[in-house]
Amino acid sequence: MNIDVRSVQRATVGRGIAHDSARKHVAGEADYIDDMPELPGTLHAALVTSPVAHGKLIALDPAGALAIESVVAFCGPDDIPGHNDIGPILPGEPLFASEIVDYVGQPLGVVAAETFEAAVKASRAVHVDVEEREPVLDVETAHEAESYVIPSQTVAEGDVEAGLASAEQLIEGRLEIGGQDHFYLETQIAYAIPGEDGDMTVHSSTQHPTEVQHHVAHVLGGLANSVDVFVRRMGGGFGGKESQATIIAAAAALLARKTRRPVKLRLKRSVDMSATGKRHDMVATWKAGVRKNGRIEALDIEYLARAGNTPDLTGPVITRALTHSDNSYFIPAARFVGHACKTNTVSNTAFRGFGGPQGIIAIETIIDQVARELTLDPNVVRAINYYGPETGEVTPYGQPVEHNRLVEVTETILATSEWQRRRAEIDAHNATSPVLRRGLAMMPVKFGISFNLTSLNQAGALVHVYQDGSVHLNHGGTEMGQGLFMKVAQVVAEVFQVDIETVKITATATGKVPNTSATAASTGSDINGMAAYNAATAIKGRMTNVAADHLEVPAEEIVFREGRVHAGNRSISFAELAKHTWAARVQLSEAGYYATPKIHWDVKTLKGRPFFYYTYGAAVAEVAIDTLTGESRCLRADLLQDCGASLNPAVDLGQIEGAFVQGMGWLTCEELWWDEKGRLRTIGPSTYKIPGSRDVPRDFNVAILENAPNGEETVFRSKAVGEPPLMLAVSVWLAIRDAIASCGQPGISPKLKAPATPEHILEAVDDIRARGSATGVA
Amino acid sequence: MNAETKAAEAIRFVLNGKTVEFAVRPDTTALDLVRLHAGLTGTKEGCAEGDCGACTVLLRRGDGPRQAANACIMTAAQLDGTELTTVEGLKHDGALTPLQDAMAQNGSSQCGFCTPGIVMALTGLIEENPEPEETAIHDALAGNLCRCTGYRPIVEATKVAAKAKPASIARSVLPPLRSEIAVGGCVLHQPGDLAGLLELRGRYPDAVLLAGGTDLGVARADYHSGWDRIVSTAHVRELRAITATRDEWTFGAAVTWEEVLATVADDYPSLATLIRRFGSTQIRSMGTIGGNIGTASPIGDGPPPLIALGATITLASRADGERSILLEDFFLDYRKTAMRPDEVIISVTLPRLKDGELFRVYKLSKRYDQDISTVCGAFWLRMEGDTVSECRIAYGGMAAIPKRAKSSENKIIGRPLDSESTRAAVEALSDDFSPLSDWRGSAEYRMKAAGALIQRLAHDAAGETVEVMAL
Repeated sequence: MNIDVRSVQRATVGRGIAHDSARKHVAGEADYIDDMPELPGTLHAALVTSPVAHGKLIALDPAGALAIESVVAFCGPDDIPGHNDIGPILPGEPLFASEIVDYVGQPLGVVAAETFEAAVKASRAVHVDVEEREPVLDVETAHEAESYVIPSQTVAEGDVEAGLASAEQLIEGRLEIGGQDHFYLETQIAYAIPGEDGDMTVHSSTQHPTEVQHHVAHVLGGLANSVDVFVRRMGGGFGGKESQATIIAAAAALLARKTRRPVKLRLKRSVDMSATGKRHDMVATWKAGVRKNGRIEALDIEYLARAGNTPDLTGPVITRALTHSDNSYFIPAARFVGHACKTNTVSNTAFRGFGGPQGIIAIETIIDQVARELTLDPNVVRAINYYGPETGEVTPYGQPVEHNRLVEVTETILATSEWQRRRAEIDAHNATSPVLRRGLAMMPVKFGISFNLTSLNQAGALVHVYQDGSVHLNHGGTEMGQGLFMKVAQVVAEVFQVDIETVKITATATGKVPNTSATAASTGSDINGMAAYNAATAIKGRMTNVAADHLEVPAEEIVFREGRVHAGNRSISFAELAKHTWAARVQLSEAGYYATPKIHWDVKTLKGRPFFYYTYGAAVAEVAIDTLTGESRCLRADLLQDCGASLNPAVDLGQIEGAFVQGMGWLTCEELWWDEKGRLRTIGPSTYKIPGSRDVPRDFNVAILENAPNGEETVFRSKAVGEPPLMLAVSVWLAIRDAIASCGQPGISPKLKAPATPEHILEAVDDIRARGSATGVA
Repeated sequence: MNAETKAAEAIRFVLNGKTVEFAVRPDTTALDLVRLHAGLTGTKEGCAEGDCGACTVLLRRGDGPRQAANACIMTAAQLDGTELTTVEGLKHDGALTPLQDAMAQNGSSQCGFCTPGIVMALTGLIEENPEPEETAIHDALAGNLCRCTGYRPIVEATKVAAKAKPASIARSVLPPLRSEIAVGGCVLHQPGDLAGLLELRGRYPDAVLLAGGTDLGVARADYHSGWDRIVSTAHVRELRAITATRDEWTFGAAVTWEEVLATVADDYPSLATLIRRFGSTQIRSMGTIGGNIGTASPIGDGPPPLIALGATITLASRADGERSILLEDFFLDYRKTAMRPDEVIISVTLPRLKDGELFRVYKLSKRYDQDISTVCGAFWLRMEGDTVSECRIAYGGMAAIPKRAKSSENKIIGRPLDSESTRAAVEALSDDFSPLSDWRGSAEYRMKAAGALIQRLAHDAAGETVEVMAL
């Protein structure tokens, strides 16, 4: 494909068309799995989970549960006909703990009853006896014992020791980075319907129907071709339904197999938040060798990531943290190390950004610390360390930084946010305001697009044109609210030059498009859009030949436009051509396929070109903090995000704003809190606080970078947008640090934990005030 | 009580314009009734604890407006004789309302799961306040979480819709309330007057005394225990009364917080600000002042300001009649009160503020809206010139009960509210409190924050507002 969007006015692609289900959403007519009409005989299920963080399972006795009226069945580890293993990457991750329990909330079994209420009660009536052992609840303890779920990873380039030894200044620091619950509004759910020959149909709220298919088959002891998985829509995913949905689907399928009845398993919110994984909290420590002008010459960062009890996706999450620890900065000598610490807490998993946010907040905190300790302007320190726009400087993992837009996004955001004026105003305000302090910060984001693991970067689509000219679209991507279905439909409508209503969006189905990758890593529209483009283009080519025959012109003269097919001043409708194509016995259906080009990755050396391209963004945030109570508020945020040539600016804008607010939540109000027994105590919205409407910056200016087609040949030169803007919220974190820094002497860098709750802010304010008089410029 | 002899065998109410009856146990949650029994699946379950708003419906009781409420923690017991509207009841002749239309066109939904609840919350707002300011929109959305959009397009769509003329709302005739309903072994009593309530309370001291149900309903929604007998306070005439004299306000125990809010905004603006952060519209439209006190939570936001204002509480039983005590004497220990098993709370009486009196209440939490207080501090001062002549300070979140800070009070009384007395009052807090550490804050933070609120008071008294939300 060779497309230059600057010269082409497109009919459908590039238009801000509303989400395909928007009118159904507002009317309550969009059906989620729990809203589907239930088949006769449907049972409801509930998970039985571990009450303790670590121990030997002595007994798991369902007698008490089965004695409850209307309770029908129980399945535990001994009732699995196939394999008790649902590890998404590595084997050895049980569906139900069988000998050792490893965290509070770990699934041990599942019960089915005629009603949901009875199932919930029954789940509590299963007798669980565990011989308790001392749990490991924090990453430092695990690290000291070198207890990791997978081998540690290192991204390295250059001579770090020499760089640190010869540096003009050594900067050292530590940052605690909190985790995050996905808090998708629809909790995890699956509806399993048994069929003949041991077949199983599963409606699953999953980002990864193929993985659900494979693991359900594996657990049931069958082959993949015996399981059909359908996903029409999820009520939010954010990475939380990438690997974790498998647990729910497999448990439902087990019961469906055992009872020969349809089984629906929906998790209560508290169970969902206890049993399923979250964003990895990490502790980062670093040493940076810098010049007096702020140039970082050598950087050593070590991450202790809370893997939880199993690997799940921790390996690639750490890889992405390490490959984003440079963010936008060329660091000649770098060593980034990540340890996957094994703890007796839930196994952490994918969450929007997938390690990238942890890497980026670490390096941005380092940059901020360097600037403060050298009393330099943080923006100057950023600029001096940027990857050069023309140099093609290479990242520590070996990928040249091409099509670099860092300077463009930075200069644009500094101008549109009126940085200079506001910086002066805020400094003046802080000089005369003892209690309320303001802070301002700018930061860039460079985010690599593609799954780090090269093999995942492939997609399929299935397009049918029917004889009435209507189009059926199916692809491997799933809809979790991000607008993927509409974007891909726009691509197909564009190819055929038909109205968007002509294209029917259909549920993701493993029987239509097989062997798909998770809808994850922001790649949904890139890879599925291109697969659908290829399918539609192939059909269009065949239809063009039919049209040429029918209209008696050479194929080159056939033009598809506005729902019609033209040859000179003659035309027929798209529907008529479809009919002619059928009559001519020419295929009107195509399975499209796409594999992302150019990428390669060596998982042993962590070198290669993992990313097809980079996307860029920048943000400026202004906050106020109350130095008495530690409360904070984001007063203004200005965001600029590179979407390439956006397929749908309305959808992309929604992704940018939503991701930013989600990122703000991660860094401000969302705090996971475990007690000394390893019980997570923030397992519902009354205790786990995601942002509300008033938390959105009062003044919120969001823009998509204009005239910025992707330098690589992506679908209509668009760029991925799902994850990158989440990291723009690091600007809020930096602005809070800026406000705290105003309470200390010049040369002192704040020590702030993430999330910046009122408690953590107050702690940092008190700390910087206490250090203020004792320390001069470091 | 009226003269019906036989208990009714179904809950009867108006659902989306039609009178319906459901023979469900009265302790069935309204959400289960709507989704499972009525087959209306537009209303979603997001949390089953009244905090996410995905289950928001509109409820009309008596002559009142349609108010947003959480179906998940409401029970069928609260529906008899009301009008309930779910998202399925909004469309007019098959067309979306202007709000729904504006939301669909403005990118106000992504995954769409929270959307019906948000539509209902905002519909409730616009019906009462057709051209809401941004602040009112945030107030209305405080009980609704959206994880996808970042809210801006929802707020924008509300402004767009507010300019369109909403369709007129047909008010249904409400079916009369029944005094007793018994289904499936669960009996609901709905007395209409105090005598009836006291008789039932005396006869069934173990029955669930159900006011707004915003606390009890959370346990019910978690399917922990069924209720076999419920005595509702919601329709007791005397408990629904608000009376004002020159010196005081008296709120019947079954007056909802929304009704309190509408009443106190002029007299106690600081209390009104707190109440707006107290749960959400959904919670406040159901939750009552008496229930908030009776449930005796150490972190309830009602008691600290009421104690600081010097509120008294009136209790009654059939055997011994009425008695009034200071609210601060009502709380004995964690979830333990001075209320006897045969008693009910009848009313709460608040003195009006007089010249020279200063009242402020401050709440600290991780999130501004719909969060439970880490610390809530309330302050009432009587000034004579520059000197504090009398003072009451009460905190929530600092002890097993809402409690006065008498040591701190003593450091202020007889002195001006200056940096010296403030510092002494802050230091004295450690004589009054040794708070716990939990997910809302460590003991250290709670102590520091409680002191910070005294310092904030001093700034406030000097006419200087120092709060980030005021910026």
